[in-house]
Amino acid sequence: MTHHRPSTLPRVALILFILGIGLASVIYSPASPARAQEPTPSDDQVNVVAKQLYCPVCENVPLDVCPTQACAQWRQTIREKLTAGWSEQEIKNYFVEQYGARVLAAPPARGLSLLVYLLPPLAFVVGAYIVYRAVRTWRRAARPMASLPPAAEDDYTRRIEDELQRRE
Amino acid sequence: MSDTPASPPPSPPARNFGRLLLWGGLAALLALVGFGLYRTQAGPVSSGPAPDFTLTTFDGGTIRLGDLKGQVVVVNFWASWCKPCEEEAATLEAGWQKYRDQGVSFLGVDYVDTEPEARAYLERFGITYPNGPDLGTRISQAFRIRGVPETYFVDRQGTLVRVKIGPIEMNELQSILDPLVKP
Repeated sequence: MTHHRPSTLPRVALILFILGIGLASVIYSPASPARAQEPTPSDDQVNVVAKQLYCPVCENVPLDVCPTQACAQWRQTIREKLTAGWSEQEIKNYFVEQYGARVLAAPPARGLSLLVYLLPPLAFVVGAYIVYRAVRTWRRAARPMASLPPAAEDDYTRRIEDELQRRE
Repeated sequence: MSDTPASPPPSPPARNFGRLLLWGGLAALLALVGFGLYRTQAGPVSSGPAPDFTLTTFDGGTIRLGDLKGQVVVVNFWASWCKPCEEEAATLEAGWQKYRDQGVSFLGVDYVDTEPEARAYLERFGITYPNGPDLGTRISQAFRIRGVPETYFVDRQGTLVRVKIGPIEMNELQSILDPLVKP
């Protein structure tokens, strides 16, 4: 009986083929050009930072949707900083340094701006306490009325009836 | 025998203090909001001592308004994105050329702008007097400007004597500066 031994040549060829494909995919992968040159950030990436900023010229309009030329220039600045590898926080710090803290959508929690963070929860707590006190007062006021004694047992009524009887 | 109904028991001191604190806090908050609204609604500074500031120019130098006492100073707020500013750019440069030897300084304060566009604007209009960004918008807030362009005139004593809202023309510039430069 002859035992059929598969040739090792196809196996080696297969391994080489797989390795070749793997190597080619590494060399020609889409990431390769990115390493050679920083990609330009997309509008979405720019707007992630822009929506956290407000231009003082266009009050109450976030930078990502502001249509003015000034805001377009700011968005371009963000794009340039992102291309240069700046982080989101570094870009925000740059804008604060250039234009003041009022450009931030969320003001820093210090100085007078601290009130923005403290007042709403404080108002909620005070409001909840006032409601609690009011409800408690109403309940107390309602309780004696619900448990009023029958007329015959009412001490005041009894005294009046006694007085009337005495006068008769 | 007394028919007067019994007066209610006095509130405990703690409760009075709490109420006082609550009303005091509310009053302080209202005062703060009122002051903020007043500041927002108040127009530009138009008289009295000119707010002092230090301008870091695009060339890297620093100029302090207080150091220019003895000179007439024209402080112009502008921006590269501001179309009306373009109307007066040439006028201001011409004014600077005319009055620079008569003890007049011109300072350009670039409001909420980006540096490359600001530099291109200065080059485009051939502006040579000192200009710099309004870092942190501190200068514009001190003058309480409402927009650009706005031009402020400071006399030799450092007093703000005139404010021009909007683009300025040469005859108006002359009518303001001529009396100020007279010895």
